[in-house]
Amino acid sequence: MKNPGRFLQLSVTLLAAAFLLVPTIQSVLAGLTVNYFQGLRSGLTLNWIFVVWDLYSSSIFLSLGIALACLVVTLIIGVPAAYAMARNPGRLTRALEEFISLPLAIPGLALALALLQLYGTYKGFRLSWTFILVGHVLYTLPFMVRSVLSVLAAIDLKTLEEGAASLGAGPARRFIDIVVPNALPGILAGALTVVTLSIGEFNLTWMLHTPYLKTLPVGLADSYASMRLEIASAYTLIFFVMIVPLLLAMQWASARAQRITQ
Amino acid sequence: MSSRLFVALCLVPLAVFALAFLALPIVRLILASGEGDAGWAIYWQILQTPRYLTTLIQTVVVSIAVTLAALAVSTTAGLFLTRNRFRGRAVLLSILTLPLAFPGVVVGFMIILLGGRQGLFNALLPGHVVFAYSIFGLFLGYLYFSIPRVLLTVMAAAEKIDPSLEEAARTLGAPPHRVVIDVLIPALAPALIAAGAIAFATAMGAFGTAFTLATNIDVLPMVIYTEFTLSANIAMAAALSVLLGIVTWAMLFLARTFSGTTVAAGG
Repeated sequence: MKNPGRFLQLSVTLLAAAFLLVPTIQSVLAGLTVNYFQGLRSGLTLNWIFVVWDLYSSSIFLSLGIALACLVVTLIIGVPAAYAMARNPGRLTRALEEFISLPLAIPGLALALALLQLYGTYKGFRLSWTFILVGHVLYTLPFMVRSVLSVLAAIDLKTLEEGAASLGAGPARRFIDIVVPNALPGILAGALTVVTLSIGEFNLTWMLHTPYLKTLPVGLADSYASMRLEIASAYTLIFFVMIVPLLLAMQWASARAQRITQ
Repeated sequence: MSSRLFVALCLVPLAVFALAFLALPIVRLILASGEGDAGWAIYWQILQTPRYLTTLIQTVVVSIAVTLAALAVSTTAGLFLTRNRFRGRAVLLSILTLPLAFPGVVVGFMIILLGGRQGLFNALLPGHVVFAYSIFGLFLGYLYFSIPRVLLTVMAAAEKIDPSLEEAARTLGAPPHRVVIDVLIPALAPALIAAGAIAFATAMGAFGTAFTLATNIDVLPMVIYTEFTLSANIAMAAALSVLLGIVTWAMLFLARTFSGTTVAAGG
């Protein structure tokens, strides 16, 4: 290469990519190798995946269930709220958005402690999966609200609604027939973000979970601490297979929604 | 139903949820921090007890180191990827943003695979090269999840820089390093401050990564966790949480002031 500066830049970029990629490849290989310590010579196997499935499949299903429930709740709370905020832009709306975004700024551990302080003694609630759900909704809701709000703020909501109103559509009808269809790209991007983040959430969940309710990342932490490397890796591999397509879909949907707002 | 009433009703679910599960718990946490033997002097106690003070300093030092390293690496890579179009660029970009969806525990495991007892470095190099559970391992773990976050912020800003500014500087005879110092860095400054604040806040609050790696290292989230679970020192756990929350919130507020976006804190 002619330019030494460019060569240095390329080296740094490739080194950073290697730093991020190499351990993920190691993890995939270790999860499929008979004995990682002996290396690939010991042969490839799917056995560790089956072992993980026996040990942890309930945690995988719990995570999927909580992610879907979290999606439903964030849709019910987030979409109408984003609509109301788009209709009343101003300082109050900014303050509200800032407030509900606090869970992005305050570490999950601190939020979980706060929830435990207030609700820890209500055993029926504390010991049920809905307690974990509350934590996940708290953390993912701002993403749904912001995603929908940014799309609604970019379209001429007022003119569209006035048109529908002059044809006799009431406010609820307008919300369903005008607002929701126009907000769909934002809702899709928000929904994928909510599911991706909920499946991977650990910081809140570790404090909120009970021994009978372990989510996927809680199970991962458990396997890292107490299982052999092959099992931990196979479990991580299952997690990657779930999360990577979701992440790619989320990035695609977010880019698509962003094009509308520009 | 009037339109006004309908719009107001749309906010009710959010208001109820935010009040019950965000506002009230935070108030409860703040009150709990003052309910120990020391009362509100507990915040003074944090600064006077060597263990807490060392933890605080250690956490801040690691977070600053990670922030500087992530800024250096991600700005270099981000500028390179914005300026150059080549085959494999999209793949490289995907690799560099992939860890965004990794929970902190998984990031910790990635560092164990690199620097643990069965790790890559211990296998390739003679002697025992195990660094996963040291402060250096923690630094690498934090760097792992900071690189993608900083990269995205820097690239978004770099794409908006007018290339003619650089050309002008070059035509006027500026050597490459002067172009970087006089044109690129000032143009990127708001994004760099924002990205740095995000990286710092995320590192300060990272629990998952520390949980996997820092069994012998005192960083703030781990101390909060042990105060709460092992020592049952609720007031101190609450006070340290409040302190941590204020620091990370202030940093992210700073980030938002300098650039419109924030990437989720997590790790």
